[in-house]
Amino acid sequence: MKMSGAQIICESLVKEGVEVIFGILGGAILPLYDVLPQYPQLRHILVRHEQGAAHAADGYARATGKVGVCFATSGPGATNLVTGIANAHLDSSPVVAITGQVARPFIGKDAFQEVDITGITLPITKHNYLAMDAASLPGIMKEAFYLAGTGRPGPVLIDVPRDVQQEQAEFNYPKKVDLPQYKPTLQGHPAQIKKAAKLIGESHRPLIIAGRGIIISKAYAELKELVEKGQIPIVTTLLGTSCFPESHALSYGMLGMHGMAYANMAVDAADLIIAIGMRFDDRATADVHAFAPHAHIIHIDIDPAEIGKNVRVDVPIVGDVKLVLGELNKLVDKTKRIDWIKKLDEWRKEHPSLIIRDCESILPQYVVRQIYEATKGYAIIVTGVGQHQMWACQHYWYDKPNTFISSGGLGTMGFGLPASIGAKVGCPDSTVWCIDGDGSLQMTIQELATIAQENVGVKIAILHNTYLGMVRQWQEMFYGKRYVATPLSSPDFVKIADAYGLPALRVKRREEVAPAIAKAMAEPGAFLIDFIVEPEENVYPMVPPGAALAEVLEEPRKEAKAVKDSAKLPVSNI
Amino acid sequence: MATTKHILVALVEDKPGVLNRMASMFRRRGFNIESIAVGHSETPNLSRMTFVVNGPATVVEQVRKQLDKVVETVKVSDITGDNVITRELAFIKVKANSANRSEIIQIVDIFRANIVDVAPDSVIIEATGDEEKINSLFNLVRGFGIKEIARTGRIAMTRGGSGPLPVTKKLPKTRARGKKATK
Repeated sequence: MKMSGAQIICESLVKEGVEVIFGILGGAILPLYDVLPQYPQLRHILVRHEQGAAHAADGYARATGKVGVCFATSGPGATNLVTGIANAHLDSSPVVAITGQVARPFIGKDAFQEVDITGITLPITKHNYLAMDAASLPGIMKEAFYLAGTGRPGPVLIDVPRDVQQEQAEFNYPKKVDLPQYKPTLQGHPAQIKKAAKLIGESHRPLIIAGRGIIISKAYAELKELVEKGQIPIVTTLLGTSCFPESHALSYGMLGMHGMAYANMAVDAADLIIAIGMRFDDRATADVHAFAPHAHIIHIDIDPAEIGKNVRVDVPIVGDVKLVLGELNKLVDKTKRIDWIKKLDEWRKEHPSLIIRDCESILPQYVVRQIYEATKGYAIIVTGVGQHQMWACQHYWYDKPNTFISSGGLGTMGFGLPASIGAKVGCPDSTVWCIDGDGSLQMTIQELATIAQENVGVKIAILHNTYLGMVRQWQEMFYGKRYVATPLSSPDFVKIADAYGLPALRVKRREEVAPAIAKAMAEPGAFLIDFIVEPEENVYPMVPPGAALAEVLEEPRKEAKAVKDSAKLPVSNI
Repeated sequence: MATTKHILVALVEDKPGVLNRMASMFRRRGFNIESIAVGHSETPNLSRMTFVVNGPATVVEQVRKQLDKVVETVKVSDITGDNVITRELAFIKVKANSANRSEIIQIVDIFRANIVDVAPDSVIIEATGDEEKINSLFNLVRGFGIKEIARTGRIAMTRGGSGPLPVTKKLPKTRARGKKATK
């Protein structure tokens, strides 16, 4: 059946099961938007800046496990997507971005709103296309979704000239994708798995480091089986947060720069590291030369290029972690590791990393703890980037799979608000909290208008400390307290919310925190709370940049007194 | 880490933009490509690229894996240290006159190279060989005065057998589709 390029794109989106598109239109993508009303099953959400479209598609993809889709026009529309695409690329999030391009005769002529977006996004996409005729679109669309969602997921960009959107072509959606040279390895090599099982059997102090690969592959049950059967303690990376129930006795929280002291000590003491679906990011390993000095390393990952990239690996296993763990579990013996676990529990007692000290003003950690209390750990938490992100990760216990959505690799301030829109749209029945900072939020604050227009029921908690806090902390600790360009004035966020037509509250006293959260939860739609928190609070524990994991700094002890009315902590996290 | 010269041979789909993707991967990992040669392979629609790079083995291996991830890549092999034949082609335009022309011709003969152009004040030498041979020839004729030099990148092939890059059994089909960006 003959139809226009624009219709081919929409038909393909329908075939791929796409339900929602985040985007902004413009001249070069007008033909595509023009046919959108013919496809009522495709919900379009108009964002206020294309970066928001890419982050929302990313947040949607992470929350649902499906491919997220965003649209933008040529030139500035396309370049505004770049940060969001890079963010999805570094965190292996499946996103398909479709950009308009100037009409074919104008390509290469520096035409109005022309930019070489395929050239620009070459290093930050898994793959990209410039569709030079409408007949090629069905194949490209099929490939794009396949590439984005399979193997190690990632963003794919399709650049479509305006006249290609208008060109007529035959639409036959291919049933199978024609990419003979693209074959992600899914099954782990049996000999390698056997070797890994042998190492696990011989190990006295094994430790699992689990990353986002568990969540992407939905290997929750397999991971739990390995942990319990082998009695192997587990720590997670930032993006691995919520891949394993954190109230489980063998869960020792996050490792890395702001990881738990005992988690980092465990890495340092382990004689075997089983790294699963993670990539040894420098924020997780700290000084890579001093990383896990006593350990053999088993590395399970779907991307062969991650093996041996940052650390030497003794047993590499390339494959889908769900399948590999399924095989590995068959070979791992039931073991007891009483001494090792006892040791870790002692460290957890001696080095408590999550005690909130007594403080008259509102501590940001306290707010996160109260959100945990109010949601019983079952909300989806989306964050921006900065101190609030670390507190949101540390002080909330993620027992439900895939409930922590955050920008890890790129560390994109401003990710929180648009990503939470994507998460809420993708999971309308879940409570979605966007925990953001006053600095981070202001990078994409215009998306409040999107929330208002589309009635997206996101709860927003601003941990408002009047600084670009994470950088201020570095200035305090490593730059002689010279607070250059970190003090931050903000608008009245309650008035801002009001101007956008959203209900909001400001909270300045500790006893108001819990009632405000309850009020936000009772509200059917979106709600914003501006928590005025202790301005110069630091994130602890902290491994200073360049130091080894074992050189973790803990919160100065004299201050560390337990808050009397602090929430009851899960037993294992005290 | 000891850096050594590595020869990477890549079999890739013959599409616009592929060279750009491959080359940019070297740039991203901080490599200077010493030479690059691209041409058709024995299989229609597949090109063979030969890269020569200098670097520590572990980093070159990382680059090889990253190149392998490019969607149009069929296979990338590091054939350094294998039983490999390498050749490159050079044109050297040397200043020459009636007095020294025969001396130049003698040197060219020793190297089994050819004179492919003779002008009143110059000759063009065409030489094929491995890098060392071309370098020694160059050093010998340098004294006459070099006007211009052009060298191809190296190409390489393993001796005997089917080599590290077997002909793919399943060939990518050609079909109408979008072009990859090249600028």
